[in-house]
Amino acid sequence: MSELAAALICLAGGMTGGLVGVGGGVLFVPALTVFIGLSQVEGESTSLLMIVVVAIVGAYRQNGYGNVRLREALIIGALSPLGVLSGVALANHLSERALQLAFAALALFMAVQLVRRARTAS
Amino acid sequence: MPATASPDHALIKLAAIGTIAGVFSGLFGVGGGTVIVPLLIFWFGYGERLATGTSLAAIVIIGLFGALAQGGAYGNVHVATGLLLSIPAVVGVVLGTAIQQRIPQRAVSYLFALLLVAIAVELILS
Repeated sequence: MSELAAALICLAGGMTGGLVGVGGGVLFVPALTVFIGLSQVEGESTSLLMIVVVAIVGAYRQNGYGNVRLREALIIGALSPLGVLSGVALANHLSERALQLAFAALALFMAVQLVRRARTAS
Repeated sequence: MPATASPDHALIKLAAIGTIAGVFSGLFGVGGGTVIVPLLIFWFGYGERLATGTSLAAIVIIGLFGALAQGGAYGNVHVATGLLLSIPAVVGVVLGTAIQQRIPQRAVSYLFALLLVAIAVELILS
């Protein structure tokens, strides 16, 4: 039963990924930890593998629809390890709670901006 | 579209997006897509479909770095489970991208805003 639940959540995660251009990890991680019983670290790591598979297929489909700028994507992807290293350094100097709240604030700010922009563009 | 940005500025902005995406995926395990899509829209004037498609292509590389680091260094990746659960996830992403071509671009922005609010709430409550 829990395997079926995990599969359904992963289906939803993939669909979210295709609709809004994210990897789907937001849903893969809970599916793997809650329903399959992996630890948080194992869940996040395994989710990364799934994200790669989903992103390959999603990017391939989007490229077919004419929605991919490959050069820009390569630059963003190639420079991300720099960010991962800074992220880890940052995590060692700031409290996790402060980081969570900062990212929450940023997410809310971007949500408001997206809605405002979409409303004025219409 | 990208309007007045000179190539140099564009490169710096792309580098910034890559770095910021890396910071957040390193910190929270959520893929960089959460920041890549909005920043491509705000800074480069991408339409929603172009931003989400380009984001997925970038995530392939970001995820590869992450999975290799985790799998190679710590052996935490459950490969068989991950591949098995990738099957419904791939069905989902094919459906999701197909649906996205048939809805107004504005709707993608609203859905994305909803996702951001959900992530913010989860972070605040955790």
